[in-house]
Amino acid sequence: MKYRAISFLTILFALSAALAGAQDLASFEKRITVKKLANGLTVVICERPEAPVFSFFTHVDAGSVQDPMGKTGLAHMFEHMAFKGTDKIGTTDYPAEKVALAKVEEAYAAYIAERDKSTGRDEQKLKQLEKTWQDDIAEAEKYVKPNEFPQILESNGVEGLNAFTNLDETAYHYSLPGNRLELWAYLESERFMHPVMREFYKERNVVIEERRLRTDSNPVGRLLEQFVTAAYQAHPYHRPTIGWMSDLNSFSATDAQKFFDEYYIPSNMVVAVVGDVKPSEAMPIIEKYFGRIPSHEKPDERTTTEPPQNSERRVVLRQTAQPLYLEGYHRPDYRSKDDAVYDAIADLMSNGRTSRLYRALVRDKKIAADSAGFTGLPGNKYPHLFAFYAFPMPGHKPEEMGEAIHSEIERLKKEDISDEELKMITTRAKANLLRGLANNEGLAIQLATYQARYDDWRELFHQVENLDKVTKADIRRVANQTFVPTNRTVGIIETVAPSDQKGGAQ
Amino acid sequence: MKSFALVSFICAAVLFCITAAPPATAQVSDWHQIKVAPLPAFHPQEPKRIKLPNGLVIFLQEDHELPLIDGSIRIRGGSRSEAANKVGLLEIYGEVWRTGGTKKQTGDQLDDYLEIRAAKVETGSNQDSTTIGWSCLKADFDDVFKGVSDLLRAPEFREEKVDLAQRELFDAISRRNDDVGGIAARESTKLAYGPQSPYARVPEYKTVAAVTRQDLLDWHHAHVHPNNIILGVTGDFDSVAMEAKLRQSFGSWTAGPAIEKPEIKFQPAKPGYYLIPKEDVNQSNIRMVTLGIQRNNPDYYAAQVFNEAFGGGFSSRLFQSIRTKKGLAYGVGGGIGSAFDHPGILRLSMGTKSQTTVESIQALYDEVDRLAKQPIGDEEIQRAKDSILNSFVFNFDSPEKVLRERMAYEFYGYPADFLEQYRAGVEKVGKADVARVAAKYLHKDQLAVLVVGNTTDFDKPLASLGPVTNVDISIPPPPSEAQEPAAKPDAKPAQ
Repeated sequence: MKYRAISFLTILFALSAALAGAQDLASFEKRITVKKLANGLTVVICERPEAPVFSFFTHVDAGSVQDPMGKTGLAHMFEHMAFKGTDKIGTTDYPAEKVALAKVEEAYAAYIAERDKSTGRDEQKLKQLEKTWQDDIAEAEKYVKPNEFPQILESNGVEGLNAFTNLDETAYHYSLPGNRLELWAYLESERFMHPVMREFYKERNVVIEERRLRTDSNPVGRLLEQFVTAAYQAHPYHRPTIGWMSDLNSFSATDAQKFFDEYYIPSNMVVAVVGDVKPSEAMPIIEKYFGRIPSHEKPDERTTTEPPQNSERRVVLRQTAQPLYLEGYHRPDYRSKDDAVYDAIADLMSNGRTSRLYRALVRDKKIAADSAGFTGLPGNKYPHLFAFYAFPMPGHKPEEMGEAIHSEIERLKKEDISDEELKMITTRAKANLLRGLANNEGLAIQLATYQARYDDWRELFHQVENLDKVTKADIRRVANQTFVPTNRTVGIIETVAPSDQKGGAQ
Repeated sequence: MKSFALVSFICAAVLFCITAAPPATAQVSDWHQIKVAPLPAFHPQEPKRIKLPNGLVIFLQEDHELPLIDGSIRIRGGSRSEAANKVGLLEIYGEVWRTGGTKKQTGDQLDDYLEIRAAKVETGSNQDSTTIGWSCLKADFDDVFKGVSDLLRAPEFREEKVDLAQRELFDAISRRNDDVGGIAARESTKLAYGPQSPYARVPEYKTVAAVTRQDLLDWHHAHVHPNNIILGVTGDFDSVAMEAKLRQSFGSWTAGPAIEKPEIKFQPAKPGYYLIPKEDVNQSNIRMVTLGIQRNNPDYYAAQVFNEAFGGGFSSRLFQSIRTKKGLAYGVGGGIGSAFDHPGILRLSMGTKSQTTVESIQALYDEVDRLAKQPIGDEEIQRAKDSILNSFVFNFDSPEKVLRERMAYEFYGYPADFLEQYRAGVEKVGKADVARVAAKYLHKDQLAVLVVGNTTDFDKPLASLGPVTNVDISIPPPPSEAQEPAAKPDAKPAQ
């Protein structure tokens, strides 16, 4: 029900900085069963019988990068529709509802065709068409049992029922008591076999409110949208996951259905289940239900490659809000051989009170309230950005943040990091990996994501070895290669008095 | 593999005809057909409770899944007891307690000492208590716990870190009107409890500047006594050995004066409309508030069922009507809020585009009115109770959660089996109970209605609903430049 741009990536970052000994991997080998079903869907089951509950995470390898041109926000819109039920759930009479929904689509197509005419729009006719569309919506709603799908889950004791979409992927997750595994397998597979685009245009308004909440009415949200758009000119990473307002006001239920048909194929899906489940009992049940999802060929997911950036770009938002400084540098995708080097740099610069940015900008110079560097903006499946930010203290300007961050970057380029720092990075990663293994939800996210990204959940543990191999020279090399002014995009919030504000809410 | 391929072929074929013909008998086609076996009896492991002669209460919860030992220490007394002219003191205390280090180690040295072990030790404060929490690898426990007990017994609150914490708080004050949701939360809390209430007031430049290192030391000496402390440890340890270790660390510590809960009066705002104009948004934040209840109120169970049915999840009336049917909001919800030892806040919340602000207030009112005309029915109550009771296991699905619950009950003087009482209480709730609590606590004409939004785009002026009070949220500037630490020379650290 929500889209996340940064928070999920932060999790991924924390994961990819993970480290553990062979012993841990061995103990997990015993508890994990992986199976690729005949239709191409991958199932990962991890037994963790601490309490009679289980969590799952369905990872769909399609996100807003796959939104068609002119229809930004569609991947996220479909995610909302996946809570609207199926041909058996959420309806009083599906055959009749189906006919009524088809009429809604016809009426909507006629309405927007007239609405979007560049010349000769007939206002009288437009009103009539809108009324027909609205009447057809009202007719279709007669067959709806609103929210029956989530209601079944709530009555069955669901915990953490939610989903998210980002540029790279879409995911669905919740937890249930352990005796509801079959019910879950049925419901979760049904919604990816027969989703019904009912109440689409009302849900679209809900999503538009989500846009107002997260982006339009939030200064940091406004900056991030403009910043990412500036950093990407060719690659679809320039699209906001939530969607541009005009696209949200034009795409249709037919478009969402098409998106589903094209991308929600079993070979694009990994389902991880963690908790009080015995693989020998659970796998046949999961196979019985998820094996039904029909498959077809993978869609063409080629994307335009972002050409090298050859000059600095700047986005300056003049707002009534307090100042903020953000900068990002293009880097290769998560499969790059240097991926672990970037993780090491992010950890060194940002993790905790011993981190370089905290010590320099917050503790010693006292010019920032908070400062960090992180990788994975706005996604990480494709080449993305390594970003730095700082919140200036009262009386300090964003430009000063840039200078202070650059002097820390220069240190990275010119001086080797210390042995203690290098050791701290790996020790911390080891402990963080351990901490992430102690709950069903977190483990399901990690296993599904690593299985999807690397086709092997073990990579979660191997990341550690990669981090272990990072050398001081690697850090200098990658810093020199990446953090150069022509590869930089800067985003700034500059504070102005209310009447001078430009580029605020639409 | 062959048989799997076959199964999947058959399934696909069945699917194919589902739309045209009734499903084949072997295939489950309706969720009602899926049998749910009873959940096996599950008795979560209870932590061991130990009370030392000096009053310190210890809970030990073994959990051998991972080689980690985590713990938390909660000490009575928090920001609701700080002086009105030093609001922010506890926030500063909660940070500088850790960053200011101990007699033996500066905070920076402690940072290095812990980070090399990938351990965390953090201090904090809230309304009724202060806390120290830690997380470490099992092998590092002795090293890390030494740091924890040094913080507990001999913190230093070095001046330079007091200064840094003050600056950070000044920054937070300067940013507090940037986030519209934050404004709505803060100001609606003031409306519910009264603007000067210790549960609602917020730090200002002046009150933060007034806080000194001596205040932090005084607070520490007044509150940190074993008889005011509850300590919980969870992880990969042996309880007998751990108990011996903790007895050795804390056994000889002498008790001090007990902390009394402060006497706090509540002065909710007059019912009516309160407006905060904000130019840079296109969505209005609406909050309707009044006082809620205390958790030991006999009405608590019925209130929880009411909350679930009225403003809880997807099934609730507010979600169904305002989000699903009307498409007016992304976030909508609310209910009769509760707290352990003082009234919570009854709050209804939503965000809607500026152009449907008044329409949405009306829509929330309609739902409140509907409670009398069309009381919450058996089916809704069943759904709400099922939701609470079937998800009940998630209250204790990890040893750490069980420990956290027990520590909370100990802190507030609730019975150790409060969770079990809660389950039994919810089971007994009926239609009449829910109708009664709705009628008792939720009255349209007793709510303070706050709107934060872009008034020029409202569908109708807020005043069309009734008299409107404008709430001034402009931030009082620092008393004078001289008093602002940002301008004062760096203080010498106290060594």
